[in-house]
Amino acid sequence: MARTTGRRLPWARTVFWLYAATLMLPILWMFGMSIRPNDDILGSFSLLPQRVTFENYTTFFTDSAWYSSYLNSIVYTSMNAVFSLIVALPAAYAFSRFRFAGDKHLFFWLLTNRMAPPAVFLLPFFQIYQAVGLFDTHLGVAIAHMLFNVPLAVWILEGFMSGIPREIDETAAIDGYSLPRFFVKIFLPMIRSAVGVTLFFCFMFSWVELLIARTITSVNAKPIAATMTRTVSAAGVDWGLLATAGVLTIIPGAIVIWFVRNYVAKGFALGRV
Amino acid sequence: MSEQSTAVAGGEAGTAATTKEAADAQAPVKPKNNRAWFLVLPVVVSVAFTAVIPLMTVVNFSVQDVFSPDDRIFVGLEWFRSVARDPEVRAAFVRTLIFSAQVLLLEIPLGVALAVAMPRRGVWVSVALVLVALPLLIPWNVVGTIWQIFARPDIGLGGWAINNVLGLDFNYTLDSTDAWITVLIMDVWHWTPLVALLAYAGLRSIPQPYFQAAQIDGASAWAVFRHIQLPRLRGVLTIAILLRFMDSFMIYTEPFVVTGGGPGNATSFLSILLSKIAVGQFDLGPAGAFSLLYFLFVQILCYVFFTVLTRSGR
Repeated sequence: MARTTGRRLPWARTVFWLYAATLMLPILWMFGMSIRPNDDILGSFSLLPQRVTFENYTTFFTDSAWYSSYLNSIVYTSMNAVFSLIVALPAAYAFSRFRFAGDKHLFFWLLTNRMAPPAVFLLPFFQIYQAVGLFDTHLGVAIAHMLFNVPLAVWILEGFMSGIPREIDETAAIDGYSLPRFFVKIFLPMIRSAVGVTLFFCFMFSWVELLIARTITSVNAKPIAATMTRTVSAAGVDWGLLATAGVLTIIPGAIVIWFVRNYVAKGFALGRV
Repeated sequence: MSEQSTAVAGGEAGTAATTKEAADAQAPVKPKNNRAWFLVLPVVVSVAFTAVIPLMTVVNFSVQDVFSPDDRIFVGLEWFRSVARDPEVRAAFVRTLIFSAQVLLLEIPLGVALAVAMPRRGVWVSVALVLVALPLLIPWNVVGTIWQIFARPDIGLGGWAINNVLGLDFNYTLDSTDAWITVLIMDVWHWTPLVALLAYAGLRSIPQPYFQAAQIDGASAWAVFRHIQLPRLRGVLTIAILLRFMDSFMIYTEPFVVTGGGPGNATSFLSILLSKIAVGQFDLGPAGAFSLLYFLFVQILCYVFFTVLTRSGR
């Protein structure tokens, strides 16, 4: 197939790699910004950095406002991914294996939360999280992000679980496995790629979210994304440092994506491909 | 020639339909068990805390005029009326709809074209997948930062090239049209990969014999695309269109970082306006009513999405 299409469209691959290169251009440009001294950035326009410096990276890792907010983001996204997965696993199993009263409505209701504009929840989140003492805590952000990640996790896991024949469950039941034991000993190992993909997507959607995380934090759990919106000082925007923070926030996703590359489409499509 | 290949495709599609019917016939075997509710209970509780209680608060705000926590009066649907009549809200609504339409018109064809052009075999497949997916994994505010820098006429390659190579006057911080174009291109850059990945997954699921039959018929590349690949992409493209519509309709972070909604109101979409009213001005009543109207509109769209998704099958 690839051979025949390849012969018919000799330019297609070239166009594709050209596009991929264009896609990388803005990212590379930002990287270029991050290794220039600020004088050079604003001084004169040049394609390649005239002087290379890692000063901005040093600043990032020595200024606690920067590196602690980076750590904050990692902490709450990890917590969120684990919570979402634990909550979603049994539910996804229920949806993929049983019919029960209101199952379709419930499934739809979950989806509506993934689709709800986060802006709608700003005001109540701000007040409720202050009232219950979750304001400006990692736990608070982790719980708030479950709003869209739990539905996502249920949908992705349900998609994967439905691909596993029910005969397995039945056989295990005949062999005397109880449901929890079957789930942990047999079923979980079978869907471990699904678990990995789900964790990845929960981590990612929590990592990229700014609006909610910024609203319910102030200092202690302030996400890196919020710190980045405050680089404007009296002296203007610190472009070099901003670019450095940008480069560093891309890294986690860029590393992990290699492992889930074959499932990326499935995750983004809510488990429906 | 192409008619023959269509016939082949039709025949195969028939087989696929039969398989699907068989699957449907199998579906009722799924046992009915109301104790499954215990399994979904954790989800219900967590989502109740993160979604239902906050929404109730919003409803509460939307029908009251809050002067202070102890001093509030019931105003009925007053806020809803004033929000629905507010020219600023209406303008933002129209703006967001236009934006979503443009996003779909650009991203869907481009994404499909990319998927068709992507390599299908060998080591380069993985490299291509990772490169294409990379923009999707960048934090949304960093996507904003990337374009904030890239499109600036003084320090950005993109903005600089438009001004100095093409000789056009381009500055997104001053000109509304330029700001709009920047946000639109940024969205295309950010989300076309999603369409491409979905379409690519769809293309990979087309069985080999289709292409062999087309080759025997001597079908042109276009005929193969039009009569074999495109019909087979219907399912994934439905998902892509609906996801892209919903997500572009609630876009916030990227334009917030790049333009902050400006210059003027040029790129102030619904979410940006809402968050300005809600946490910027703390106008609880109008913000509550605005949130609910926005939420309801998205819910209706979501219902359409769900119906289309479950009808079209997996």
